[in-house]
Parts: sequence; C-alpha cells; structure tokens
Amino acid sequence: MAARPKIPFHWSFLLVAALIPLVELILPGEHHIGDLLRPIFIMALLGLGLNILTGFTGILNLGVAAFMAVGAYSYAILTCDIYPFRLGFWCATLVTVLVGLAVGFFLGLPTIRLRGDYLAIVTLAFGEIVEDVLKNLDSITKGTEGINPLPAPSVFGYQFRPETYQPWYYLFLGFLALVVLINRNLHRSRIGRAWISIREDELASSCMGINPMKAKLLAFALGAAQCSLAGALWASYLGSSGEPGNYDFQVSIIALCMVIVGGMGNIGGVLLGALVITGFNSIVLETLTDFLKAHQLISSSNVFTAPGNWKYMLYGLALILMMRFRPEGLLPSRQLKAELHHQEPPVPPAS
Amino acid sequence: MSGSQIFLQQLIIGLSNGMIIALIALGYTMVYGIIELINFAHGDLFMLGCFAGLTITGFLGLDQAEPGTSGTWFCLLLMLLLVPIFCGGLNWLVDRLAYRHLRESTKLAPLVSAIGVSFVFMNIGLLWGGVPMKVFGLGRAAAAPKAFPELVSNANLLGQSPVEFTGKDVMVLVVTLPLMLLLTWFVKRTREGKAMRAVAQDRLAAQLMGIPVDRVIGRTFLIGGALAGVASVVFAVYNNTIYFQMGYRAGIDAFTAAVLGGIGSLPGAVLGGVIIGLARAFCDQYLETRWTNVLVFAVLILVLVFRPSGLLGSRAKEKV
Repeated sequence: MAARPKIPFHWSFLLVAALIPLVELILPGEHHIGDLLRPIFIMALLGLGLNILTGFTGILNLGVAAFMAVGAYSYAILTCDIYPFRLGFWCATLVTVLVGLAVGFFLGLPTIRLRGDYLAIVTLAFGEIVEDVLKNLDSITKGTEGINPLPAPSVFGYQFRPETYQPWYYLFLGFLALVVLINRNLHRSRIGRAWISIREDELASSCMGINPMKAKLLAFALGAAQCSLAGALWASYLGSSGEPGNYDFQVSIIALCMVIVGGMGNIGGVLLGALVITGFNSIVLETLTDFLKAHQLISSSNVFTAPGNWKYMLYGLALILMMRFRPEGLLPSRQLKAELHHQEPPVPPAS
Repeated sequence: MSGSQIFLQQLIIGLSNGMIIALIALGYTMVYGIIELINFAHGDLFMLGCFAGLTITGFLGLDQAEPGTSGTWFCLLLMLLLVPIFCGGLNWLVDRLAYRHLRESTKLAPLVSAIGVSFVFMNIGLLWGGVPMKVFGLGRAAAAPKAFPELVSNANLLGQSPVEFTGKDVMVLVVTLPLMLLLTWFVKRTREGKAMRAVAQDRLAAQLMGIPVDRVIGRTFLIGGALAGVASVVFAVYNNTIYFQMGYRAGIDAFTAAVLGGIGSLPGAVLGGVIIGLARAFCDQYLETRWTNVLVFAVLILVLVFRPSGLLGSRAKEKV
C-alpha cells in the first residue's frame, strides 16, 4: 500500500485555490483562470450536497437541481428590489439555507421510506415539477425571464462589483471551505457513521440501534440545504435567479457525474469531480470551440464538428465506464473501495 | 363543437396516445419485472427508433409522398419490420455491454449506468438529426425538431362530423392491440415466456433448474426494445414531429404508466398507458397545457408514495 499523503486532498485543493488569484496578481499580463474557477466552486457545493445523500447515505437523488433552483429563487425573491423583503446578503443566504432545509425535510418526510430506485424517481419527478412550476407561476417568478436584476452583495461594508472577480472568488471559496469543514466533521461524527452504515447495510444498521428513517431524513434535509446554498451563491453570481431551464435534469446529472467520477463518499473526490466535470464543460469545451472556430474548422452546416454537440455523449460514457470499471471513483474513499472490491466466492454458472 | 363532441374528441386523442405510451411502458415493465432495473434509456431508445424510421423514409424518397399510395404502405410495413429489429438489437447490445456486468453489484449501479446510456442515446439522436439527407430540405440545424412525412391519411373517417377519427387512429389500434395480445400469449403460453417468468420470480432457482438466465434476460431486453421500436414508428406516423429530446418525456410518461398499472404487470402497463394518455388529453383540454406535465409527475409521486404496487401489481416484499 502506498504511503498516504500527509494533507488530505480537499485541504490541498482549497489551499491551491486560495493562492491562484495572488499568483495571477504577481505574474505580469492578463489572466482569468481564477475568474473561470468561480462556477466550479458553486458546482462543487452542489456536488457536496449530493455527496451527503448519494456518497454517504447511498440515496440516489436525481433532482438536486431543484434544490438549487429553490435556493436561487428564494435568494432572488429575498434580495430583489421588486419584492418587499430586500434583505442583505448574509441574511438572505441564511434564510435561503433554512428554506432549503425545510424543502428537503418536507420532501423527504413522505418519500424517505421508499426503496432506492423508487426514491430516485420521486426526486426526478420533484425536479421536473419545480422546473415547471417556476416556469408557470410567472406572476411570482417572472416565468422564463427569471428574477433580475439582483443587487451585488455587500459583505462587512464592502460593496462587490462585477468587474473585479477576486472578492467573489474568496467569498465562494470561503463558503466552500466552510462546507468542506462541516461535511468532514459530519462524516466523522455519530450521524456520519450512521449514514455510512446505512449505505453498507440498512438492515444491519437498524439492528445496531440506528433509526434509518431519521438518519436518512437528516441527510435529505442537510443535502438540500447545501444545494440551496449553492443556488443562492449562483444567483448572487449571475445577478439574477436565472431561468427555470437553468435548473433542469441535466444539471442534476452533471452533479451526479461529479460525485461518481470523483469518488462517492469522499469530500476530496467530489472537489476533484467538480473540477474535472465543470472545468471540462466551461473551460476545455469552450477553449476547444474557440480554437476550432478561429481556425475555421467548424462549419455551421456540420453538427459533428462542434465539440459542444458531443458533451452528453462524454457525460454518458463517463457514467457507464465508471460504473463498469471503477465504481469507487477517481479518488475513492477507502471504505467504499474495500467494499466494492471485496471478492465473494463466485456462484458457478448454470449449464 | 358541443361539449360532448369535445369530450369524445379528447377521448380519441387520449386513447391513441395512450396506446403508444402503453407500448413503451411494456418495455419498462418487462425489464423491471425480470432484473428490477428502471431502464432509464428506454425512452431514448424509442427516440432513436423514430430517427431510424425517418432515415428509412429518406432512403425511399417519401418526403413529399401522398398518403395512401402503395409506396407509403410499403414504407410503413418496412418500418414496422426494420425499426423494431434495430431497437431490439440495440437494447440487447446495451444489456450485453453495460448492464450484464453489473448484475452482482449494488442496485443503484445499473441505474446510474442506464442514465449514462440515456445520455449517449440522446447525443446520438442530436447528431443523427444533423446527418444530411438529400431528400429533406429541412436544413441541418441538428437540434431543431424534424418533420416526419405524412404516411397515413389525416382524412376524417366520420365524414362531416366535427369529431375527427382518422386513419391514423385506426392504424394505432390495428398495430398495438394485436401486438399486446401476442405478447400476452408469448409470456403466458410459450416455453420461452415461462423461462422469463421463472427468472423474474427467482433468478438463482431458475438458474438451478437449468435456465440460461443471462440469455433469457437478453431476450427480454430484445423484446422490450422491439416494442419500443414499434411504438416509435406508430408515434412518428401519428404525430409527424420528432425531436432528439423527446425520449426523456416519453420515457417519463411510460414509466409513470408502468408504475401506475403496477410495475412488472403486463396488463397493468397497458391500463396505465391508457390512463396517462387520457389524463394528458383531458388536462390539455380542460385545464391548461402547461400544467399537463406537472399533473403526470404528481401522479407518479403520489402512486409511488401511497400505492407503490400500482393498480394491478401484486404487493411484493423487497428482497433483502
């Protein structure tokens, strides 16, 4: 067995991320890597929320984008000038997290006792309902326009401006670090161990005196709260709630890809997954498209040449191949790896 | 149109669409019945079937054909023969390459894999829509919905009546009903069907009795896929528009139908399909079109929460 690194991956990830804008300031010339990283932090928050459900507890949730939408829209309604609330950034974010907690709790309450695949379908249907309701209740949500403009956040008297990205960068990174810390502590606490024992064997853990319904419900509420935090930050970043179509099924699947590719149940793995998947989407694909356009290798009449048209194929193949060859993810949690590669005596095949 | 005529019209539309949903739902329910996998890619398989049908019409040069001529009948028959073979074969292949290796793994692994397959299929549909076909002057914008040629006449069979009952409605019934009866006969009466039911009941015991389990499961995928292929031909000819993202909605409708009827039950899938088709039609007419999807999803959640065994399903205990 290889020697384990002294610093866990999630801390080194956050440390490197914290240094990037400083390095960019020192180096001469124009850089915008840090600028591009901001959405990755938000997606990582979404992935960490899903990780509590899918990674720790073993509940497949196909509707995390709906929790994100709930977060984005509640943040927008709480801060936008056209509504009577007009709360500040901290207050609105806090209320949004509580709203997410409540939504997760009340969705989980009737559905948590369903078996795994049925629960996954319920979350998928919930995601679709949220999207359609946001679209159709246009008197409140402004339909497909989304709620905008939102005031830029003001933190401890400092007013954020769209043109300087560094304050946003550190705000999002700070939230990410906080959530990583919370998740790491949850993972090592009594409830975290209960979640993992439910993932491994629900019957055995209930025999050990764990109440699986209670623990799962808590996972549902906390996961939803983190996803809606991601939604609130996303709305503050966009300066708009975004339109309902921004929170569709594909976003939920991208979050699932991050958790599965990175490593289920491992916080560092989810951060790596967010970096790989979102970075691939927003940096590699964009750069490749720009490059091909600049060299006139893309013709608008041929769909095969545009890299964006292959995106879903790659996500799909990532899911299929990871499930087939490396179900524990790129950066696995030791526990899950041991479980998945445990060899049982093979059943002799018939005939 | 008077109130009763509107009602009758929606009844016809709902019934025809419901029969198509039922055909897709049968594929879901068969696969779920035998390996307890929600085959997420099934709706997208249906979508690919529609594109295969479009390609066949393209090869025959029928984009502007008059409905009812011998050419269109030949094309319809050819599609009903080739598209199910394509879809069934593809479904079998996916099981062979992806799901078969995950049989002994956790329950969620094949589901995640199926979601991946669904995305791959959707992407293939997107690219397929961009394949230049000389007979179609529809432009090559891949993401746009594609028009499917009118192969069956839209003329009203009820003469001057404002209620429309067209050749398309007849076609839906003529294709789907015998197929459902044939499938029921196959599963209930033949040796092969018996093997399927045995594997569904207890895979290990079936294996001990000498049933080649993997081959039986593969055949189930083949038959389920072929049903989706028939459904896609009927759908495309009935609705005349196909779109690479339609598989997702169609899949959700069909899955809701399968769950509503009782997943694993063949008559249940048909009943559920008809109910969902009618519910959609009446919601479009009497409520608002934009709330129809919400209605279907709400039905799905309510059935799963309050009666997971569905209308006709048996209340099966989860195997530990």
